[in-house]
Amino acid sequence: MRFSGLRILKEGLTGNKGWGAHWRDPDPKSDYDAIIIGGGGHGLSTAYYLAKNHGLTNIAVLEKGYVGGGNVGRNTTIVRANYFLNGNSEFYSHSLKLWEGLEKDLNYNIMHSQRGLINLFHSDGQRDAFVRRGNAMVNQGDDAILLDREGVRKHLPYLDFDNVRFPIYGGLLHPRGGTARHDAVAWGFARGADMRGVDIIQNCEVTGIDIENGAVIGVQTTRGAIKAKKIGMTVAGRSGQIAAMAGMRLPIESHVLQAFVTEGLKPVIDHVISFGMGHFYISQSDKGGLVFGGDLDFYASYASRGNLPMKEHVMEAGMTLMPMIGEAKVLRSWGGIMDMTPDGSPIIDKSPVEGLYINAGWCYGGFKAVPGSGSVFSHLIATDQHHSEATGFKLDRFRTGVGIIDEEGTGSQHNLH
Amino acid sequence: MRLKCPLCGERDRREFYYVGDAVALARPDPDAGISAWDDYVHNRDNPAGITRDLWQHEAGCAAWVVVTRNTVSHEVLDTALASDVKRAMS
Amino acid sequence: MRLENKGLIDRTQPVNFTFDGHHYQGFAGDTVASALLANDQRLMGRSFKYHRPRGVLTACSGEPNALVTIKRGENVEPNVRATVQEIYGGLEVRSQNAWPTLGFDALAVNDLAAPFFSAGFYYKTFMWPRAFWERVYEPLIRRAAGLGGLSGTSNDEEYEKAFAFCDVLIIGAGPTGLMAALEAGRTGADVILADEDAQAGGRLLSETYEIDGRAALDWVASVIAELSSMDNVRIMSRTTVTGVYDQGTFGALERVTGHTISRADAPRACFWRIVAKRSILAAGALERPIAFQNNDRPGIMTAGAVRAYLNRWGVTAGRDIVVFGNNDDAHRTAFDLSAAGVHVAALVDSRPDVQVSGDFPVYAGAQICGASGRQGLKSVTIRTQSGTEKIASECLAMSGGWNPSVHMTCHMNGRPEWREDIASFVPRAGMIPGMVTAGACNGTFSTHGALAEGRKAAELTLAALGKKAIQSDPPEAEDAPIRISPLWAVGGTGRAWLDFQNDVTVKDVKQAAKENFRSVEHMKRYTTQGMATDQGKNSNVNALAILADVTGRGIPETGTTTFRPPYTPVPIAAMGAGAEGKGFAPERLVTSHESTVAQGAPMIEAGMWYRPSYFPKEGETNWRQSCDREVNMVRSSVGICDVSTLGKIDIQGPDAAAFLDFIYINTFSTLKPGRVRYGLMLREDGTVMDDGTTARLSNTHYVMTTTTAAAGAVMRHLEYVHQCLRPELDVSMVSVTEQWAQFAVAGPKSRSLLNELLDAPIDNDSFPFMGCGDVAIGGVNARLFRISFSGEHAYEIAVPARYGAALFDKLNEHAAALGGGPYGMEALNVLRIEKGFITHAEIHGRVTAFDIGMERMISAKKDCIGQTMAAREGLVGPDREQLIGLKPIGAVKQLTGGAHLFEPESEPTRQNSIGYVTSVGFSPTEVSFLGMGFLMNGRARHGETIKLIDHMRGIETLCEICDPLFHDPDGGKLRG
Repeated sequence: MRFSGLRILKEGLTGNKGWGAHWRDPDPKSDYDAIIIGGGGHGLSTAYYLAKNHGLTNIAVLEKGYVGGGNVGRNTTIVRANYFLNGNSEFYSHSLKLWEGLEKDLNYNIMHSQRGLINLFHSDGQRDAFVRRGNAMVNQGDDAILLDREGVRKHLPYLDFDNVRFPIYGGLLHPRGGTARHDAVAWGFARGADMRGVDIIQNCEVTGIDIENGAVIGVQTTRGAIKAKKIGMTVAGRSGQIAAMAGMRLPIESHVLQAFVTEGLKPVIDHVISFGMGHFYISQSDKGGLVFGGDLDFYASYASRGNLPMKEHVMEAGMTLMPMIGEAKVLRSWGGIMDMTPDGSPIIDKSPVEGLYINAGWCYGGFKAVPGSGSVFSHLIATDQHHSEATGFKLDRFRTGVGIIDEEGTGSQHNLH
Repeated sequence: MRLKCPLCGERDRREFYYVGDAVALARPDPDAGISAWDDYVHNRDNPAGITRDLWQHEAGCAAWVVVTRNTVSHEVLDTALASDVKRAMS
Repeated sequence: MRLENKGLIDRTQPVNFTFDGHHYQGFAGDTVASALLANDQRLMGRSFKYHRPRGVLTACSGEPNALVTIKRGENVEPNVRATVQEIYGGLEVRSQNAWPTLGFDALAVNDLAAPFFSAGFYYKTFMWPRAFWERVYEPLIRRAAGLGGLSGTSNDEEYEKAFAFCDVLIIGAGPTGLMAALEAGRTGADVILADEDAQAGGRLLSETYEIDGRAALDWVASVIAELSSMDNVRIMSRTTVTGVYDQGTFGALERVTGHTISRADAPRACFWRIVAKRSILAAGALERPIAFQNNDRPGIMTAGAVRAYLNRWGVTAGRDIVVFGNNDDAHRTAFDLSAAGVHVAALVDSRPDVQVSGDFPVYAGAQICGASGRQGLKSVTIRTQSGTEKIASECLAMSGGWNPSVHMTCHMNGRPEWREDIASFVPRAGMIPGMVTAGACNGTFSTHGALAEGRKAAELTLAALGKKAIQSDPPEAEDAPIRISPLWAVGGTGRAWLDFQNDVTVKDVKQAAKENFRSVEHMKRYTTQGMATDQGKNSNVNALAILADVTGRGIPETGTTTFRPPYTPVPIAAMGAGAEGKGFAPERLVTSHESTVAQGAPMIEAGMWYRPSYFPKEGETNWRQSCDREVNMVRSSVGICDVSTLGKIDIQGPDAAAFLDFIYINTFSTLKPGRVRYGLMLREDGTVMDDGTTARLSNTHYVMTTTTAAAGAVMRHLEYVHQCLRPELDVSMVSVTEQWAQFAVAGPKSRSLLNELLDAPIDNDSFPFMGCGDVAIGGVNARLFRISFSGEHAYEIAVPARYGAALFDKLNEHAAALGGGPYGMEALNVLRIEKGFITHAEIHGRVTAFDIGMERMISAKKDCIGQTMAAREGLVGPDREQLIGLKPIGAVKQLTGGAHLFEPESEPTRQNSIGYVTSVGFSPTEVSFLGMGFLMNGRARHGETIKLIDHMRGIETLCEICDPLFHDPDGGKLRG
């Protein structure tokens, strides 16, 4: 069923009786051409692009809970392409372009809102670092504008320009940066994949990976064994466990990242704002809630919940930067499990096991990658070749030191990103 | 979250700095080979369950502490001075 | 309407306040909601989506409808629950989410379009044309959405944070919590009893119960009196425990002055971090509405709320009241109202077999199936087996049963379990380590049960603490059994509300299920049920029961969504208290700060520190003039610069030398006492961590300097390497950054200046380049290091911090006489660029020793941190970007930091970018901009031409690739 304003009108006039399932709930078949483990944003978009770009439709997405229940449903919804290192730059640029056509592509309003992202800087040194980034973005063909202090004030007059602990020297404006309705992204891809014949199988947990002679032959699940010669893993937060089923250890530690939303408020913040010195970023959802977050809780965890010190730190950062949000009340806080790699950049690669493909290590930046990740990962699965915009995410870069993508400059070792 | 520093007693998490898996104590020999070093610096078991990791009581006595805890429940099972653990390894 | 002789309000204290500009009077003890109801103001808000007129639904913090904005100007507080906010003289209350007025809201037109606004409609439209989303649709949606509005400026009222510790935290001061507190308090345990209400008593405040044969509130008063007399018990009223965290840590929000006019001596609210060895949850229960057509009319309330307004506030919520329920507890409302002389038009019970009689008509086996009265309830329709009947009514009291307040037991990801007999979720044991749940939140609703469970919870908790409870008999109280027959929604065709604020109806849930949003999490996210400010407190169980029904699953199988902190919303200002303005991070000031500021130097941040940018002199109109002068001054005479912010780490012990050999890539065991050496340290991954000079004061004593930025990280790293990797080394270290004030004295006249001040003069023999030692200055023992970050003959002199300010002034005084003076960060930066010295602009974390040309410093004779990994193929070689110097040679004579480098003929694309600029400065010595940067294979390309492009600043120029060492390449000046 195509969605449209006309359809809404028609259904509205006839009691909304004609709406059908956005995707089916099929029982798993015994055999697929390819299996995607994990029905989050990356898994669903991988399945969608496998079907759309590569004509592979005999595929299944296996989800242990409900689709979109992982990080795609618990992030701060920021979409941007403002990376500056080779490997990341071209990939996120590719992903943003896909975002820009996604609603038309999926026939699903994911509410991609290119409201502009502003990264603030607070010293001459940080300005130069952001200039380097902005130049890299323009070199890549994306957009970036350097704002001085008054330029920032014009966009964000409510910041505390006089007393903030780290004075605002300016900002890097990424006009095409913005937000999207995170759940809708998962649902839109699920619907799109399903319409192309993909089986989305919920409540189906993978419990083992069957390997014969160094190649995958299928998986064991809570709903029985399923055969497939190609298996892609997109299980952010659980990559270590799935890899262990195939006898691998990954360069990944799982950490908790918290996010927060306030009660609904009339429009007050029109941009996405990132305050690096305070590890704080904020935007306002279309419903009116202020959606914001900060840094990792900084200890390995699978708990999907955080502790008070980081919550307080995040609120403190908000209070020094924009004390006008003080009377906004935090309604809910939650945590997602992040696959943290040593250099802070993801892994999209074949694994040492033939037919097993890894898509992992998105750290705290996986949401904006959703379409791009599916596009390039489906390419890898279908063709066994790296997509031209994702040649940098190789697993062996850590071993060799070749092509480490360390945007934060904190070294390619754990717990520094 | 609260952790028991073996020297100072139970303290709030905000007094501690975290560095990760206590596998860091088992530093390979310089000539152990790239695989051993790759494993040491990068690869992790990353268990959903009991893990041993390294914390420093940075805002306290500066002791590095090996904490045995559950990454799913956040239950803390044991703490020990990293220097004691390291000495016992050799 | 206010009733005579009812309620706990203080009628001797009338209180005047305004609502939407109209003046109202209530009494001390009133909430905004009770006072408005007393004044017959039933309309209090508008719903989120359809802007439906709404009255108050509850009498508690979970209120979804009656959200208001209080105060004015910068103190405006939106989304305040009228049911919680106590009134005080002069309180200004305004309705919100309505325009132009609460009574006539233009956006109520949405309600007419409701058929087109069904669940998830916005995912299906607003897609064409694409550009309209940001420009048209989204702004419209944003303006229509939201609840109240922020003031847009900072609130000048104070907030605070605090820590508290106790043996037992008891959450809730109803009968359960009071009983538990009494038992625990009597044993001498440290008890904190926290309750969100202004008064202790919980549900007892709203009922007419007796305990031990006297009014229950007398019992409450006696318990509070006894608890108040105990030093070991702390009663925290108006304090909502908001979250449960690991190892017995709780968050709590105390509304310190929110119920009264702001006071200068107290914060508006305080966010508490409470650490408790054990906890008892006695959070009570919340009543469920029942879904039926138009069940959101103002005047339709939960039965318990109607009882609360009657018994606690002496208010009847209407004249003819109908009571509708599926359980015995609802009957109390009819009896209490009737006893108070309020006309009960009907008691409607959905259970056919119910036996009840009173001074009112009883409809057993009947249901309310409709309500009319857009801005205030006028009548309800009763459906019986024989047909329907319309009854005039201003208030409907409904009860679908009670939900135990299990919320906080779920904060650590635990799931409650369904109890069929009471048709409610209750906590499982052990969901929160150390917590015992008791009373209504545990599914035990009678007062007797609450008291008994409170006592038992205290016993269990005390036993875990190794204390024995003093056995006392629980007082006697009502022990009515729970009789309930589930009723979630009354059948019918109209819209029946589940989530009142977000306008989610039974139809929406059914439609979601039809569209395959069948998981309870999907249904929530698709319909927004449970995402309003009450986080589903009023709607979750009803909604999931309906979902369970339409999907053919049971309620336990359907499960719940997850309750997450906070229990009730917490202002950002409270959890972020103290951080506004400069409070976010410590401000570290050097000893020369005052003197520097007095000289008019603009201060800039360097990490947490403040350092001078430059020292303006009369006649200088911009920073470049000052900077040029200061550079020339250092090059020609002498300059003084406070370098105390650099990390200083004192390292001592027989194995100090071996330790440093393991830390640095180069060797320090061969350094002679009295000498200083530059050192570079790596991370274990082989990238550069930090650099600095380390002085050997004696065989067993070194002083390391780190960069300002990395001081903390290096200190932590040293402790890590020692304790975790090399505990066998006999060495100790301590940060002495703040113990020593240290000043650079740089320039050809530096030694002359020092010799004017030192107690014993020095010469090139006693202090050669890279020498160090003890000196005395004015009788104060000091350390002198002959090191240079400027390329000039220079020293750094360190004195105990208490002498820093005096020494800085003294140095400047003598420098001035020699034609010198202080210099700031700008000049320091130019001086070091002229000399090719790196800072963290260059060693930015992605750089290897190879990249900066120092790979030969890595000693092959020993192991050190990072050595093995630094040898990986990817960390060395011509493909790496290597440190270079840059000089503009094109028409544009400017260099900019952050610019990228390209071959002169190539287009500025990502693929063509082969380097970038890290540091630039105008060198008055070379009379040119000079830069440092990294270029692929750059060391092999000295003398070649490269193109610099800075899109951000619109600069493009050609540059010569140089050795970054521009000034005094032989280093003769250093040794001079």
